[in-house]
Amino acid sequence: MSSASTTLATPKIASATGPSRSLTWQRWLLWAVLIAFAGFFLAPMYVMVVTSIKSMDEIRGGSLLALPHTLDFSSWGKAWSTACTGADCSGLQPYFWNSVMIVIPAVLVSTVLGGINGYVLSKWKFKGSETLFALLLFGVFMPLQVVLLPMSQVLGWLGIASSVWGLILVHLLCGLPGTTLFFRNYYAALPDELIKAAMLDGAGFWRIFVRIVLPLSTPIIVVCLIWQFTQIWNDFLFGVVFSGADSKPVTVGLNNLANTTSSVKEYNVDMAAALIAGLPTLLVYVIAGKYFVRGLTAGAVKG
Amino acid sequence: MGALSIRQVKKSYGSHHILKSVDLEIEKGEFIILVGPSGCGKSTLLSMIAGLDNPTSGNIILGDRDITYVAPKDRDIAMVFQSYALYPNMTVEQNIAFALEMRKVPKAERKVLVDKVSKMLQLDHLLDRKPGQLSGGQRQRVAMGRALARQPSLFLFDEPLSNLDAKLRVEMRAEIKLLHQRTKTTTVYVTHDQVEAMTLGDRIAVMRDGILQQFGTPDEIYSRPATKFVAEFIGSPAMNMVAAKRERNGLFAKGVELPLGPQVAAALQSHPNQDMVYGLRPEAIRFVAAGTGLAGQLTMIEPTGPESYAFVDTVVGPLVVRVPGKVNGQVGDTVSLAWQPGDVHLFDATTEARVSAPQPHLAVA
Repeated sequence: MSSASTTLATPKIASATGPSRSLTWQRWLLWAVLIAFAGFFLAPMYVMVVTSIKSMDEIRGGSLLALPHTLDFSSWGKAWSTACTGADCSGLQPYFWNSVMIVIPAVLVSTVLGGINGYVLSKWKFKGSETLFALLLFGVFMPLQVVLLPMSQVLGWLGIASSVWGLILVHLLCGLPGTTLFFRNYYAALPDELIKAAMLDGAGFWRIFVRIVLPLSTPIIVVCLIWQFTQIWNDFLFGVVFSGADSKPVTVGLNNLANTTSSVKEYNVDMAAALIAGLPTLLVYVIAGKYFVRGLTAGAVKG
Repeated sequence: MGALSIRQVKKSYGSHHILKSVDLEIEKGEFIILVGPSGCGKSTLLSMIAGLDNPTSGNIILGDRDITYVAPKDRDIAMVFQSYALYPNMTVEQNIAFALEMRKVPKAERKVLVDKVSKMLQLDHLLDRKPGQLSGGQRQRVAMGRALARQPSLFLFDEPLSNLDAKLRVEMRAEIKLLHQRTKTTTVYVTHDQVEAMTLGDRIAVMRDGILQQFGTPDEIYSRPATKFVAEFIGSPAMNMVAAKRERNGLFAKGVELPLGPQVAAALQSHPNQDMVYGLRPEAIRFVAAGTGLAGQLTMIEPTGPESYAFVDTVVGPLVVRVPGKVNGQVGDTVSLAWQPGDVHLFDATTEARVSAPQPHLAVA
């Protein structure tokens, strides 16, 4: 009732003060500053995109910020399939697919397990579960370099060293503390009575999770997916250390591509390769970010 | 055999005792109220009946089945929570049908039951809504519908009305009572509100600090409170309590002799202790002509419409008087109070127990 009357009243106030406010010089200054900052942050991106579609001649001859004379996408093709990374000249393509093969299972499994962990640690507490959670938190704050040696040994024992499977496992394990933390804190805000009501209604552990808890988890699932995808896709350290010749992820591929010295430095190919390597995370933000906002508003657990 | 028996149920966390051996025998179809101040253990007891918590010792028997350690889903108990705990992701219809679905009731039968319940609770036009789109009273109804649809052998209510505003609370209270009269399902209802307790209960269990103080009908609880605590907790304004001492053959407070009925006087004769508490319901006291009763000064008047509460300072302490209509007088006036000796409740000041008919084991001692 009261909210309806306030929303009715607000437009009147806004229209009364609106015109005078939009004309003040402070307003202009604010916009100018905001646009300047936005331009500053977007400048590197602009340079990358523009450079990637220029020919080498144009890059050598022209200014860094100038627009290209002709649109030349050949460097994108080269970066994708023919550029040399060391001795091998098949572009970023194999690395890219390696990353896809690592990212998809690692993100999905770490999110699912994190969800179950969070559900147990918040709604099915047992003796020692708080301690377990506290220990798990170490995993979030632990510097990753610490695990390099023991992890390579473990991967060796398991027989999955230098393979895509090894990288999946590493990312899965290192992602779990974070995803567990996300879900546990989100579920802590879900009323316990909801679980109790479902228990009395006859649902068990899994039924409650699937039918009651998961449908309320959209926002945190999306947060988790974005977070994990970005972490794993952008990882370089594990990619360098634990990968074999044919399991290197795209970040390592990009590094090799940029460091492979031929007669000339092909800036346009380097830029296109960097953009290819960065595009998936960008895409995830664009697609999932929308769901994220939608999930936040639609999933409101109130009441 | 009772519908629900709670036998010597205790609950402790380490050295902290939440429930200290509670016994309750509940008959089939009864509406039982568990009432007491917060922290008295009433909600813990309810959780244990529901199976959401386990007692440290003792047994809970539903019908002829010991359910002390049975999982909640196998108890045939439905519960209405204080926060309603409606599933926000499901429509009203899905909320009501969820328990039936979990119990593998066929879809057609589910529909019939949901229709019946929603009609009974006037929810039929809301079936497609989500709980977030409902008002407080409607959510409350859905929560009851969800419990009703299952046709359980026992209903539990955990302070179901405390989230509603005063007017709606009175309406829903009446609805719950009507519902119980119609379905006759055995019900255990937890509240801290003594008005809810008195109006709804067939029998009331008053609890305090994990101990059952008294278990009886509203009338018994009100007219023969077993302890000083029950006497003060039930009834608003609370019972007047006057600290008194036995002297010679009577009872005195600050030098004023307090009138006692023959029964209470006889009981007092065989009572060992000296310090007593003399209790008087506000409605037992009336104003009398000046100079005849206990003199006092009117300090405050609270009119409520049909009746008024007058606060009077007397030699024996402040007393509240409940009079029908308005109070004849003004703050500062000197007034006289009197009451029937038969209306007196007498309690031992140390044990807080009611002093009534002579107790045999004391006679032996």
